Amino acid sequence: MAPDRIDVRKTYKLYIGGDFPRSESGRSYVVRASNGDALANAVRASRKDLRDAVRAARKAAQPWADRTAMNRGQVLYRVAELMEGRRDQFVAEVAAAEGLRAGRAETVVDRAIDRWVWYAGWADKIAQVLGSSNPVAAPYFNFTIPEPTGVVGIVAPETSSLLGLVSRLAPPIVAGNAVVVLASETRPLPAVTLSEVLASSDVPGGVINILTGLKKELVPVLAAHVDVDSLDVWGVPADLRTEVELLAAEDIKRISRRPAGVTDARFDWLDDRAAERPEWIAAWLEMKTVWHPIGT
Amino acid sequence: MTAMATKTPTVPAATNGAVSRVEHAPASWGLGDGAAIPWDYAPAPESREIVTIKEQYGLFIGGKDVVASDGQTFATVNPATEEPLAQVARGTAADMDKAVRAARSSFRRTWSRLSGKERAKYLFRIARLLQERSREFAVLESMDSGKPIKESRDVDVPLAAAHFWYYAGWADKLDYAFPGRVARPLGVAAQVIPWNFPLLMLAWKIAPALAAGNTVVLKPASTTPLSALLFADVCRQADLPPGVVNIVPGPGEVGMALISNPGVDKVAFTGSTEIGRKIFQGVAGSDKALTLELGGKAANIVFDDAPLDQAVEGIVNGIYFNQGEVCCAGSRLLAQESIVEPLIEKLKDRLSTIRVGDPLDKNTDVGAINSRSQLEKITELVAAGRAEGAEMYQPACDLPERGYFFRPTLFTNVAQSHRIAREEIFGPVLSVLTFRTPEEAVEKANNTPYGLSAGIWTDKGSRILHMVKRMKAGVVWANTFNRFDPTSPFGGYKESGFGREGGMHGLHAYVRLEDR
Repeated sequence: MAPDRIDVRKTYKLYIGGDFPRSESGRSYVVRASNGDALANAVRASRKDLRDAVRAARKAAQPWADRTAMNRGQVLYRVAELMEGRRDQFVAEVAAAEGLRAGRAETVVDRAIDRWVWYAGWADKIAQVLGSSNPVAAPYFNFTIPEPTGVVGIVAPETSSLLGLVSRLAPPIVAGNAVVVLASETRPLPAVTLSEVLASSDVPGGVINILTGLKKELVPVLAAHVDVDSLDVWGVPADLRTEVELLAAEDIKRISRRPAGVTDARFDWLDDRAAERPEWIAAWLEMKTVWHPIGT
Repeated sequence: MTAMATKTPTVPAATNGAVSRVEHAPASWGLGDGAAIPWDYAPAPESREIVTIKEQYGLFIGGKDVVASDGQTFATVNPATEEPLAQVARGTAADMDKAVRAARSSFRRTWSRLSGKERAKYLFRIARLLQERSREFAVLESMDSGKPIKESRDVDVPLAAAHFWYYAGWADKLDYAFPGRVARPLGVAAQVIPWNFPLLMLAWKIAPALAAGNTVVLKPASTTPLSALLFADVCRQADLPPGVVNIVPGPGEVGMALISNPGVDKVAFTGSTEIGRKIFQGVAGSDKALTLELGGKAANIVFDDAPLDQAVEGIVNGIYFNQGEVCCAGSRLLAQESIVEPLIEKLKDRLSTIRVGDPLDKNTDVGAINSRSQLEKITELVAAGRAEGAEMYQPACDLPERGYFFRPTLFTNVAQSHRIAREEIFGPVLSVLTFRTPEEAVEKANNTPYGLSAGIWTDKGSRILHMVKRMKAGVVWANTFNRFDPTSPFGGYKESGFGREGGMHGLHAYVRLEDR
């Protein structure tokens, strides 16, 4: 018997510069649930897509950094508001992607929303916590202020498709950087849905760019790109790690690693003590020190 | 003129090859025309009696003075006379391994078990000893590195002592530096330092590392090992537990052996971006923490409303301080077009009063270049500047017959594409470029892969803060240049490295933060 209504399925696309292109390469790959069922086709982004994303991020970086801290905080909080409105959709997608029971998926999504709120509040406080006025031994006024490092490449956690992603994405954004995210390769769909939330939020196009695809293909390109200032290597597969860091060395990129002994699969993203860290914001900040003489 | 000076001003032979557009100011009176003022100074040499330089120096490992594993030594030379000062044990990879083991053992057995309060007192002792022996360090530093005694006495040594003093106080207050977290030491820190500020860089590296509870293996530069080895004596006098500080001199490959040693938890390097990249590659894929303080090509931006006489002093200090062998040197002068002519005139006048010569003479402003190879590098880049069409000016000062000396040099008509505007020269060579608007100044200043420092000269406060915000540089000096202080974080953006040294931020590089 034919169903009453054929459901309308979503095309999962890339998110670059505020737009939703398919890959210029026309490629895709099949995303499977934990039980092996095919969930959807995701875009298999190309090197060209990645370069486009970096260009979009660079263009968006300075205007985003120039926003007032309070404004950045409100923009991040708004992401939480919009995610709350699409909570059920995220729960269903996270459950399918990660093979979680509904209750557990609800907890994960709620925590992802709350994490945006936690990091949003840091926007206008981090400079006060990390900055300093320095009592130099000479007649100068001397102070140190944090500034965003610029464009951050994020290789998202592989296991935690939404909460892990949000926990690594919010810190560089609240710090005032623009980012290019390589979503979890095996569980990319919640990231794409997040990009749809971002597109209707107040986060300016280009500040967050999200690509889906094969890490082996994309991570080295991201690590080698000279217009990427910093790199989050959290989700880099173990067999690519040395290669990625060698590439990052070429133009002295800042890299942020998982702490020694911490694995992607075992990390407890639900633990606020572990995943809500001002150090994770500091990792994407440069410290600028300014001197001026004191005189009449 | 100093006792060492000759009476015939000559351009160093190697610069003679290129276009002959050298403008030599005549040695006559004349203000405003860039001519030399023939003020003569009687020699005022600092006595070298205060320091006893041994014929042989060993490695400092586990609190002991030991020979290299293969018995090899190398000579360290006084760059002002080209005479060897001493023979120094040349560390090997095996020695580095021994030093790392010594550091590990003292980390486990003593240093990490000591309370912050007790660690602090050792660091205070070291600060005091450096102050007590300051003249000895200053003279030795000038002899081994070529820097003027004025600078080693008034800048390097007091700042080195101040660094130990500052970080001593942090050792028992780490909880207040990292609220909400427990700061744990990383373990054994491998530290590789350059030859331009040998003792000061040692202090920048060792003081925060020890304060945070780490132990260290330090490799001083191969041309300037002596102040580090004298520091080993300070560690002994302070009764610092053996193995907390280990000092192993040697060439670059020994530094690479140190940073790649699996027993190392943390790598800190100051030096060129080229070597920094190799160090980064050397730790790639490991769990070693890394901080890099690398090269620079700083813009010193002078706006038309700047007090020009003060700016000239700042420009001179910015590029001729320590023979320009400074990573944060203001090597690119960006002058607003409307004032470029009077500024250059004043600058040329000022250059003619700079005294180049014997580093131990208390009147000397610019001493010897650190090594023959560095002199060759400077000479080569200056020749490239002339070949590419920039106009060179050098004051008519006399250079000593022996030693590695180079005249303070000024290039005008420099294009951004010229090598002298792009590459770090690490010598007393200033390239002058011009701009019209603040936006153009920002664009030119940031048009470099480096991002260590910048200077801004203007009377307008709001413009200073605007420029500060736009400069991609870790340190911005406004209406001053080349100021340093232990409380003031220092370090670069972009390819000038990452991590900060100095201040509370300098502690970050040496701790692991754990949840409370």
